[in-house]
Amino acid sequence: MTREPRIVEVRRNILRKNDLAARELRERFRGAGVFVVSLVSSPGSGKTAFLERTLASLGARFKVAALVGDLATENDAARLARSGALVRQIVTGAVCHLEAEMVRSALEGWMPPALDFLFVENVGNLVCPASYDLGESLRLVLLSVTEGEDKPLKYPPIFHGADLAVITKCDLAEAVGFDWQAAARSVEAVHPGLPVLRVSAKTGAGMAEWLAVCARLRAEAISAASSAAS
Amino acid sequence: MHELSIALSIVEMAEERAEWMEARVAAVRVRIGPLSGVVPEALASAFDMAIEGTALAGARLVIEESPVVILCARCGERRPLPSASDFRCPVCGAPASEVVGGAELLVTALEVNP
Repeated sequence: MTREPRIVEVRRNILRKNDLAARELRERFRGAGVFVVSLVSSPGSGKTAFLERTLASLGARFKVAALVGDLATENDAARLARSGALVRQIVTGAVCHLEAEMVRSALEGWMPPALDFLFVENVGNLVCPASYDLGESLRLVLLSVTEGEDKPLKYPPIFHGADLAVITKCDLAEAVGFDWQAAARSVEAVHPGLPVLRVSAKTGAGMAEWLAVCARLRAEAISAASSAAS
Repeated sequence: MHELSIALSIVEMAEERAEWMEARVAAVRVRIGPLSGVVPEALASAFDMAIEGTALAGARLVIEESPVVILCARCGERRPLPSASDFRCPVCGAPASEVVGGAELLVTALEVNP
């Protein structure tokens, strides 16, 4: 006589290890007063150009650094280092996304003291990074005008998990006939209320507004952390 | 395609449990929400690869797909959404302000043979 299989309740988060590592990172960043901004997007949406300009501008007033995830090359780190910021590349090999543990180990013995901002550029991919918390304070999703207005509808998890959407390459919007209203509708459909900024890293349009938002959110995070501590 | 790494985590977790219970795992039940970023079909194929040569060889993966659930501010009710690309209350049409489910990525149970 064969016995029936028994059902054992488990209820375990599959990404528990990552979530724990991310929580540790978040606490560590908060303790050190570092505001961590991560960037996700599809390949070629202009993450590196946007970050290059951001680092150069913020670097005049703040201590900034960046971690850059890439499958194979160190080109992006070399580009970003020209801004004068401290930059470290995470070459992920075959891995299509960053995980909290990769961020932790990249910071090991490297994280500069008294840092104000740390930017973490994820691997260009709108699917896999959605599952992994990196301990960041702010997650940006970038969408370039050359990609089409319905990207959010095709990739709901990544747009839903972001705190701010940045539409890049705005200088090309007219040339490609980008429909701003359609883009706003698709963002709203997958993440009601998600703030959207428009920038062009090439002309600098919209960068001042983004930098002001970035500095304001950091100030708010610091005051929230100090009032929680007191 | 990060489903293989997810599948390996599932196998690792199930193997530990099975060893502890001194039982053989016949099936692993998981719950996946549309906001988890995991594609069920891709996870199913990845699982078949991940169990090869492990104590879980031959085990099945049973995937329960859970919906996105919002707490509608206007109705005051929890509402499952028919699609993850339309975050409006399916009853009153108000944009969702609070999402209470849909990001699950859980092992919920193991079916074991003693």
